[in-house]
Amino acid sequence: MNFSRILKTVFLVEFISGLYLAIRELFRKSKTINYPFEKGSISPRMRGEHALRRYPSGEERCIACKLCEAVCPAQAITIESTERADGSRKTTRYDIDMLKCIYCGLCQESCPVDAIVQGPNFEFATETREELYYNKEKLLANGDRWESVLAKNIKLDKPYR
Amino acid sequence: MLEYFQILGQEIYRILFLLVPILVSVAMVVWLDRRVWGLVQKRKGPNVVGPFGLFQTLADALKYIFKEIIIPASANKVVFILAPIVTMTLALVAWAVIPMSEEFVLSDINVGILYLFAVSSLGVYGIIMGGWASNSKYPFLGAIRSAAQMVSYEVSIGIIIINVLLCVGSLNLKDIVLAQKDLWFVIPLFPMFVIFFISALAETNRPPFDLPEAEAELVAGYQTEYSGMMYAMFWLGEYANILLMCAMGSILFLGGWLPIIDIYPLNIVPSPIWMILKILFLFFLFALIKAIVPRYRYDQLMKLGWKIFLPFSLIYLVLTASFLFYFDKLPKGNF
Repeated sequence: MNFSRILKTVFLVEFISGLYLAIRELFRKSKTINYPFEKGSISPRMRGEHALRRYPSGEERCIACKLCEAVCPAQAITIESTERADGSRKTTRYDIDMLKCIYCGLCQESCPVDAIVQGPNFEFATETREELYYNKEKLLANGDRWESVLAKNIKLDKPYR
Repeated sequence: MLEYFQILGQEIYRILFLLVPILVSVAMVVWLDRRVWGLVQKRKGPNVVGPFGLFQTLADALKYIFKEIIIPASANKVVFILAPIVTMTLALVAWAVIPMSEEFVLSDINVGILYLFAVSSLGVYGIIMGGWASNSKYPFLGAIRSAAQMVSYEVSIGIIIINVLLCVGSLNLKDIVLAQKDLWFVIPLFPMFVIFFISALAETNRPPFDLPEAEAELVAGYQTEYSGMMYAMFWLGEYANILLMCAMGSILFLGGWLPIIDIYPLNIVPSPIWMILKILFLFFLFALIKAIVPRYRYDQLMKLGWKIFLPFSLIYLVLTASFLFYFDKLPKGNF
């Protein structure tokens, strides 16, 4: 140990500069936010809770092509379809097991009609597992609830796709 | 008989008048500790329950009360239950002699500082009992560490206290404070104040000396097997002890309830408020230090205690004594 090192140790130089640093940081703005009351900004590409969208006429967008079911790496999507009286193919069942889902976004990438999308909502925790087995009604309701945000996000992200 | 009950009632009233504010302030101080820690790390800290999150500790305490107390099958039941009670009782009992102002003190005994020192030394028993009675390895190791650490640092604290006593000439805490009327001991005995402060950190198992509860190695040290209210009692006792050490520091070095300078706007502030401000200032330093320091290694801790603090405070003791003797400034008491 050389002399200046000993002096530094005896007079607690590093300790005092540490205290100074702590006091300085004490009065600066904190980097975290008051989460439930304040929320951070979310990218338009946010892959949150799923939703099934409708056309402005109220018709479901989904054409039951089952591309999402095929591409889903976690095999969380189950689709059953039938032909309607007007000759169009529509789903009778569209289930997503949100517990299996890994939120990779491949379903919305694969969808040719922008029917299944992942919205900005990430606060859908529930008290039971059963509540997270989403069916078609739940997904369509999500779509109706988030439609304005979903449409805006798709428009914002369009140039990059 | 009636008179006896009257005195008993009066005493209980006085004790409650001391203990309730202490328990409340312990709760507030835990909040302060967490808040300062959070703010230094650029987090917000607890700020949801009540104004500024002040009631966070009360909410935590409620949670602890409703939790189950688990006693391990292999534990020594009696000692296991006794340990947190001992810790908390000893931490609170010591407050009896702390003078908050010239007349506001529960029991004004002539050997106040010795009593304080004795009670804070006994504090280690709660920890040893807890660690041993748990009958499991981590609490045991934590208790051993804590015992060794507290005993080592008590020695240097003892010598620092002797330093102060040399300048006062009395063991009464009131006399110690009144002797600082002209000059707080923090100025002539500044190195001792620094060593006292660091020893107090070690004595109360605060970072950087929190080896007994080093979570990386020992889970939670001697508290590992405790749950519910018993854990909360350890925790309350620990913080009451920290406050006690702050009170001791402000009495020995910062002039207790005396105002900074004895001039008009400062000396009309009630004495207990000065005392509380000084305790809070020292506690604030405790909290800041928790945020800035890494943990000591065990051999470094022992080396610091025995090879640096002890000889240094002994040398300073000799210096103080010679100075006082040479300049004929030894306190003239009635002995």
